[in-house]
Amino acid sequence: MTRPAEGVLRFGPTSRWVHATAGTLTLACILTAAVLYNGSLSNLIGNRHTVRAVHVWCGFALPVPLLLGLASAAHRRDLHLLNRFDPHDWRWLRSRNRRDGRIPVGKFNAGQKVNAALSAGALAVLLLTGSVMYFTQWTPLAWRSGATFTHDWFALGLGLLVCGHTLYAVRSPVALRAMRTGSVPLAWARSEHGAWAEEVAGPSEKAVSAGE
Amino acid sequence: MALDSHEPVTGAPIGRRVALGLFGLGALGVVAGSKVQDGLIRVLAPIQSNDPTGLSSLFPVGNTFRFYSVASHAPKRRAEDYRLEVSGLVARPGGLTFADLQSMPQTELVRDFQCVTGWRVPEVPWRGVRLSDLLDAAGPAPEATAVRFTSFDGVYSESLTLEQARRPDVLVATSLLGGPVSRYHGGPVRLFVAPMYGYKSLKWLGGIELTAEVVPGYWERRGYDIDAWVGDSNGRDDDATS
Repeated sequence: MTRPAEGVLRFGPTSRWVHATAGTLTLACILTAAVLYNGSLSNLIGNRHTVRAVHVWCGFALPVPLLLGLASAAHRRDLHLLNRFDPHDWRWLRSRNRRDGRIPVGKFNAGQKVNAALSAGALAVLLLTGSVMYFTQWTPLAWRSGATFTHDWFALGLGLLVCGHTLYAVRSPVALRAMRTGSVPLAWARSEHGAWAEEVAGPSEKAVSAGE
Repeated sequence: MALDSHEPVTGAPIGRRVALGLFGLGALGVVAGSKVQDGLIRVLAPIQSNDPTGLSSLFPVGNTFRFYSVASHAPKRRAEDYRLEVSGLVARPGGLTFADLQSMPQTELVRDFQCVTGWRVPEVPWRGVRLSDLLDAAGPAPEATAVRFTSFDGVYSESLTLEQARRPDVLVATSLLGGPVSRYHGGPVRLFVAPMYGYKSLKWLGGIELTAEVVPGYWERRGYDIDAWVGDSNGRDDDATS
């Protein structure tokens, strides 16, 4: 007899909304950046003035959903969990067979935490350097050259992070669906984020029966 | 941040430290990045200019041309179909073919090409007709004080005062980097204004019109300086290119 799969809530509406809006804006920035930066794409698309305006305003808009998200306690709690690294996280990062479930994994694994921290830092740097480049009267020329240089390299880095993030996401349909619908099957939570599953749904039946 | 009191706070706030550390690195990059960049360019320029794969140009550094176009696509015109219209306040308006331009005295210039966004290509060879020769042939009327250039991309335009236009280092260029001016470089014929930022060197030159006063060009209507001397305009202090 098959029971309907039990679902547990992984991402509340605020976290999903923040992810969708910030993700869309980031994607718009990346696509327009590719056109502005790559000669072949520039030649293909043209319209430099418009492309630049889209890039700049999507960039300036990016912090808005991130800041609005802070109004939700559930979302703040997700951020808190991403921020904190415990000893298991360091073991997880060093381990070769980190996915075999022997190292307890909370709501976010250490790789997700590293990605979040690097992405947040890179976004802040891109916003800072982008502002220096855009408001030309604020700073001396050497700073603007430095900002352009820094913007280019951090953009390359963030681009790689986003590629990696997307790759892991498409390889895990459940995680992908979690970002869309909010919930995941309990069995998936137990195998991928065991410590978190235990926190939200109690110890697994297997563990309970083993303990009897 | 407010957290439910029953939630234990475990682990160090590494995420925040990493993000703040990156931010510090970025701020350092703003202040010191131009020095780092100069060093990297010195190392990488010889590699990039001899790289047959072109892969090294994917890295965000180096002295290479970047192609900017404001129209929806780069126009395509063969040299044999090319025509340059000279009009406005002149005694002898008319059109010039590519062959007409090539039959006139040719001038060669080797100059650094400096973009107002910061990149600079060293020692670029140009060849073409001096704009002053074209103007003399057309015969500007006494009330003409400026020259307006239009691109056959249908969007872009530029302008110079008549005095600037008569400088010997302002060319109607038919050759760039030792060959014809390629489509994406603005071929078959473009303007080259050696002492000014790249946006003055209009690509896909289609029309030259003598006017009674300076008509601001495409980027100038969007805030760029009309007199675009390299190193002495647009808030920049690059080395002069002339």
